[in-house]
Amino acid sequence: MHREDFPMLNSDIVYFDNGATTLKPNCVVRSMVDYYTKHTSNIHRGDYDAAITTNKLYDEAREVVRDFINCNSSKEVVFTSGTTASINMVVFGYMKKHLKRGDEILLTKSEHASNVLPWIKLSEEIGIVIKYIPLNEEFALTVDNVIKSIHSNTKVISIAHVTNVIGDVRNIEAIGQICKEKGILFHVDGAQSVPHMKVDFRKCNIDFLSFSGHKMLGPTGVGVLVGKYNLLEDMDPIFFGGGMNQFFEADNRYEFKNSPVKFEAGTPPIAEVIGLKRAIEYLMDIGMDNIHKHEVELKKYMVSELEKIPNIVMYNKNSDSGILAFNIMDVFSQDTSIYLNHYKIYVRAGNHCTKMLKDEINIKNTVRVSMYLYNNKSDVDKLIHVLKQSKDIFKIVI
Amino acid sequence: MDSNLRREIILDNYQHPMHRGLVLDDSYLKTNYNSESCIDNLDLMMKVEDGIIKDIVFDGEACAISTSATSIFIRSLIGKSVSEAKNIIRNYQNMLDEVEYDKELLGELVVYDEISRQPNRMNCALLPSRAITKMIEELEGK
Repeated sequence: MHREDFPMLNSDIVYFDNGATTLKPNCVVRSMVDYYTKHTSNIHRGDYDAAITTNKLYDEAREVVRDFINCNSSKEVVFTSGTTASINMVVFGYMKKHLKRGDEILLTKSEHASNVLPWIKLSEEIGIVIKYIPLNEEFALTVDNVIKSIHSNTKVISIAHVTNVIGDVRNIEAIGQICKEKGILFHVDGAQSVPHMKVDFRKCNIDFLSFSGHKMLGPTGVGVLVGKYNLLEDMDPIFFGGGMNQFFEADNRYEFKNSPVKFEAGTPPIAEVIGLKRAIEYLMDIGMDNIHKHEVELKKYMVSELEKIPNIVMYNKNSDSGILAFNIMDVFSQDTSIYLNHYKIYVRAGNHCTKMLKDEINIKNTVRVSMYLYNNKSDVDKLIHVLKQSKDIFKIVI
Repeated sequence: MDSNLRREIILDNYQHPMHRGLVLDDSYLKTNYNSESCIDNLDLMMKVEDGIIKDIVFDGEACAISTSATSIFIRSLIGKSVSEAKNIIRNYQNMLDEVEYDKELLGELVVYDEISRQPNRMNCALLPSRAITKMIEELEGK
């Protein structure tokens, strides 16, 4: 749907690398070009017309995120540089301050590096203990396994809503409810879910939610941390500087502003926030439920066609998202992606930053197809056609 | 070189690489090499005695170009002196950089003489020479 809005699709490519980043519609690019050509200015500091326009758009962006994600207030919306920055802010701004030696954190082995390494680093620093909730035979996370993994020392559950290789959709509403009952903090990595389906911050009792702009039609360099306001008030910034302070004096006295401004030291990515605002408006116009339904249908079609090709191994046929990991038997995934590139089909090969997943699926590298609203059956047909001829793969890649 | 023959040599060395499999022997130098720009990840081990390369073995996961280049490189270097190996590596690098090189010296490695036309595969072809250079530098205490 809406292919005409995406200039990159005019060049006859099949773009299946949406888990890495997405294409940008004209309206997003235009909103940023307008900022750069019509109302360039910094926020919060100007009294002239351009600055007032910019300020208004920047502030409205928080309200758009609030409505999109259903949090309580725009004060709970912090702009960051991306999911990685958001998670690092939670771990080193909040958790470091409130957790102590021996406190347990639950993760899974299919988490992205950005939801593992900050925790490992914190464990080195203050002695928290990281435990991994077991995955089921389809490498998915069940609520049962979450419940079984909780102990009296469990203080935090930090998981992706949708994982970036297996693409399993975790039941965050049920997990959020359990966290609420047991007084466990719940951080959700929404990088692969917020762009593709309705995510409800309040309904799922999420304490912290992280996601990125560029994976949801927006620009690179901007992301969001949504946090419950009382938690944000109790969280320390990890960057300090202009814009976030009330005052500071030569005798080292200082006072910070309140959330969200206290977490946005320095000039924020203004053009990017404006672009992200436009991207979210665009997605809301289409409807997140429609996007999710479209992707799941397309994946089902892809799986049914791939099943007809004998030398294809799929790793996550049944996961309820637009992500499919596969290999051609006896072919290294990177050779497959180079082969597909020859036919202008863009996919990703590798471990997709989930380096612990190899412990679970016994395979280090896969080819990943990840879909979005602009992919269609014809894209899938092109992929299938090329994979059917893959016995000649080495004539192409060598 | 005829492109079919080139492909045949590369493919044969990819699908049936020689010297694959690491050894439990402390007298070998060992290195891991992975490329920042792709997902190739290989371990190499090399045994040098009296300045002569006695053995090289490797293992790991890598694409057709990296794996085949490692297999061919190993065969080219076993039995050579360290200084001869450095000369082969220098000439191989020159070939990939499209500057003058000694074709005779490189032997079968010339199958990669057109790899520079695919810039995204240069790192794959360079993986074994970089890994072996790393071990030689370690040997020479650099």
